[in-house]
Amino acid sequence: MELVLSAGIGVLTASGVWLLFRPRTYQVIIGLSLLSYAVNLFIFGMGRLRVNAPPVLEPGGVGGLLTHTDPIPQALVLTAIVIGFAMTALFLVVLLASRGFTGTDHVDGRE
Amino acid sequence: MNWANHLIILPILLPMATAAALIPIDDRNRTLKGVLSFASTVVLFFAAIILVTLAASSQDAADSAFVYMLGNWPAPFGIVLVLDRLSALMLALSAVLGLAAQVYAMARWHTAGYHFHSLFQLLLAGLNGAFLTGDLFNLFVFFEMMLAASYGLLLHGSGPLRVKAGLHYIAVNLAASSLFLIGVSLIYGATGTLNMADLAVRIMTLGPESRMLMEAGAALLGIAFLVKAGMWPLGFWLPTAYSAATPPVAAMFAILTKVGFYVILRLSMLLFGDEAGMSAGFGQTLLLYGGLLTIGFGAVGVLASQAMGRIAGYSVLVSSGTLLAAIGLGNSAVIGGALFYVVSSTLTICAFFLLIELVERGRDAGADVLAVTMEAYGDLDEDEDEKEVGVAVPGTLAVLGLCFCTCAILMSGLPPLSGFLAKFAILHELFNEDGFGGNMPIGAGQWIYVALLILSGLAAMIAMNRIGIRTFWTSIEGTIPRVFLIEITPVLLLLLATVFLSLQAGPAMRYMDAAAKSLANPKNYTDRVLTAPRVAPAGGV
Repeated sequence: MELVLSAGIGVLTASGVWLLFRPRTYQVIIGLSLLSYAVNLFIFGMGRLRVNAPPVLEPGGVGGLLTHTDPIPQALVLTAIVIGFAMTALFLVVLLASRGFTGTDHVDGRE
Repeated sequence: MNWANHLIILPILLPMATAAALIPIDDRNRTLKGVLSFASTVVLFFAAIILVTLAASSQDAADSAFVYMLGNWPAPFGIVLVLDRLSALMLALSAVLGLAAQVYAMARWHTAGYHFHSLFQLLLAGLNGAFLTGDLFNLFVFFEMMLAASYGLLLHGSGPLRVKAGLHYIAVNLAASSLFLIGVSLIYGATGTLNMADLAVRIMTLGPESRMLMEAGAALLGIAFLVKAGMWPLGFWLPTAYSAATPPVAAMFAILTKVGFYVILRLSMLLFGDEAGMSAGFGQTLLLYGGLLTIGFGAVGVLASQAMGRIAGYSVLVSSGTLLAAIGLGNSAVIGGALFYVVSSTLTICAFFLLIELVERGRDAGADVLAVTMEAYGDLDEDEDEKEVGVAVPGTLAVLGLCFCTCAILMSGLPPLSGFLAKFAILHELFNEDGFGGNMPIGAGQWIYVALLILSGLAAMIAMNRIGIRTFWTSIEGTIPRVFLIEITPVLLLLLATVFLSLQAGPAMRYMDAAAKSLANPKNYTDRVLTAPRVAPAGGV
């Protein structure tokens, strides 16, 4: 499982960085999205990988690292997803505005 | 807990509430929105002044951290806000800049787009939150809030130039935010905490394999802030973005690079101070030489610029390079001088950004065709000149020229104003071998720093002289710009603030030195945060 997750993060990051350096705005935004997916998975992985371990306590139950997983990275991931999503939406609007002004989808506004 | 302790959260809550309250008001009532927003910033300013006096009230420099526990959760578990001399100083500085930029914007710039005042208040809330928070992830949230508002403000006024600059600015900052998140989560994975004070304690006893991960996380985090601070080679986006922004926005952006500086200063003193064991002094060499390269790059950029906006943008780089190198020296006496420099240079650059547009307003776009740089010039605002309100100032050119000269003196660090005092304080502490820093030998890095500090002043003076002569003496068409009282007043007040800072340099410098000393002694900060008592629940609840 560790191998799959780390390979996934690696592939997403590599593709994201490559796309980020491309000249078309659409490639840049997809690159940024892929990067943010990779980052989210990475944050999740920092809480250590556990299967079948709930992050929240049952009523009256006793918590412990043997039976439960760390809830904080999951909370962080939620926040990061929301912020990343909003930023991508904003970037999309700017991208469209740039396209409207310059008539090209090059990041510098000219070929 | 008395009322003054609750005051700590006011700089975050008040701008947020104001921003929310302004959104439903129709944008045709811009003056009403402006007045409400301005009133809120005035309250913020007085709150910041009270907080500064509160932070300075404790005679013992080490004992100045005031802790506010959100939701009354004790420190490592809940999020805390921490007020000390440094954060109080930054709060006051951002409130002053906010006041100036807002008054200026009310003359005409807030009509250039929608929701200017809401975005502006959100920017203030994000800034203040970043200065106050004592938790790394909370810092990320406030940082994003500040950035989100700054994206909107940079695009304020629209036009191809701003959209292009905004596109680059947003892409750079989104990538930097990804690095920020990776850094924060690596630090959490290695140490198991996000509270800065708890982190400082845990770093001392970290095992070697976790230490490596933690240092990698700290380095990634540092890169995210160095992008914000514009360190070479991460700051190429900065001059273009800043000179494309509308003047009040650019003026407010003068403090955004200082946020990068603030966080790096706070974290490196707290986490990598002398008590951090193996990790003590982590990243200092990089900060020193990176800072030196930034000063060099900024100074060359200042010399090469033909337009005032570019000069101001590169001056931002020079000032943040100066500050980063000062952190890299690892001498807390120099940090005291650097804090004085923060205040002086931020006020100066803010005033200069506001002044640029007033000076250039009278000039025909054709005059600048003759000058070399057309790259950063957009003539989109010409049709906005008609519907202005206010009283035209007599002797406009004299006032503008005077302000310009004052800015030039401040930026090049000539006596008698605070720019000189700030550089003098830094240089003095560098050579003061018997001072607080002890008998440290003066290394090559220090000598280069001294040389660059002086040469960057020379570069600023040459560039300002050249552009001043072209604008005021040999102006081609000789038209006098129409300037309104409400626009020149903030510039004058900002410059008066630097004069005041020069006159009151003694008390100000004592405050900065106390702030630097308390930063150099992180144990008191961590003790105050980790042992802060919970508030007893109110009776009957």
